[in-house]
Amino acid sequence: MHRFANPARFLRIAKPLTPALFWPGLLLVLGACIWGVFFTPTERLMGDTVKILFVHVPAAWLGMGGWTGIAIASIVQLVWRHPLAGVAARAIAVPGATFAAICLMTGSIWGRPTWGTWWVWDGRLTSMLVLFFLYLGYIALSNASSEKGDTSRVAAVFGVIGAVNIPIINRSVIWWESQHQKASITLGGSSIDTAYLVPLFVAVAGFSLLFGAVVLMRMRAALAEMRIEARMRRMAQG
Amino acid sequence: MKPKHQRLFLALIAVVALVAAGLIAASALREEASYFYTPTTLAAANVAPGKAIRLGGMVQKGSIVRAADGVSITFIVQDQSGTQKVSYRGITPDLFVEGSGVVADGRLRPDRVFVAESLLAKHDENYVPKELADIDMKAAEHTKDTLLQ
Repeated sequence: MHRFANPARFLRIAKPLTPALFWPGLLLVLGACIWGVFFTPTERLMGDTVKILFVHVPAAWLGMGGWTGIAIASIVQLVWRHPLAGVAARAIAVPGATFAAICLMTGSIWGRPTWGTWWVWDGRLTSMLVLFFLYLGYIALSNASSEKGDTSRVAAVFGVIGAVNIPIINRSVIWWESQHQKASITLGGSSIDTAYLVPLFVAVAGFSLLFGAVVLMRMRAALAEMRIEARMRRMAQG
Repeated sequence: MKPKHQRLFLALIAVVALVAAGLIAASALREEASYFYTPTTLAAANVAPGKAIRLGGMVQKGSIVRAADGVSITFIVQDQSGTQKVSYRGITPDLFVEGSGVVADGRLRPDRVFVAESLLAKHDENYVPKELADIDMKAAEHTKDTLLQ
């Protein structure tokens, strides 16, 4: 693991990796959206509203996957004092929060025609909203550390504690009666017709690649900023 | 013990404690965090008439009866082992059809009929294209199986 602890080595790998994730990701996302909107059949009950699926599901997946990544990076930071782990966790926070917000908004837009309401306080919706607020808290906390570029340990602890919410979101529709439907895709199979399932997987893959590219960009930007600050400090000291 | 191992040990204890706390809290919320009563839990809960509650389940096939005024309906909500008669006056959501899921806000009348003030459709986890009308029945059966479990 410490082989990648070296920021210089990380940058050498991250630089070519960023466009290698970004362009295929963008292509897959555009392809999946065009496919999903224009070339999938209308659903038997929901009609065309079903097409929100191709944004809502990847957004939910990345909103939750993002926090899982923050938690893992935070543990690595706390236990092994890995210099890049804290940078990675902070880089995930903003795109993660963005996807959580997209998930909430698209879900709301889908809920109005399907359920008859924009919002209900059931287990799934509430726990997902809590995740969004946890992201905001994490972003505020990690920005509040005294020195910029410094990877705050308080934020890392918060990242680990907040991870409790992830299995709660996942299980919420099973533990509690909820307005939100149960999982369509499980380890046992899928109750989504293939006509929707294939473009859905393309969308999930595409958005995930884009997410990875954005995280790498943000990590590189954070490292560059740390470098500038270190140089300024040296210059100030003469 | 090296400091690194000590930190790993502490982190593992913290994670285990957190997960345990989360699970305990979740199971304590089992009743409270449920968004609605099903006919079975409603029958067991002995809720006083007039108290605002929420009822959810499947609309029983063939149970929707529309009154002559055009806006009043009665229907039966069922789960795997219970039924509850519901009366509602108003416009029903598009997805409100026999065999589909429904969540109703309302109160029990003294005669144990549930008077709904608002109806929400509950979509299930099945996504089936309109063209596949021939497998509609199969899908509906599947819907019933998964929702009633």
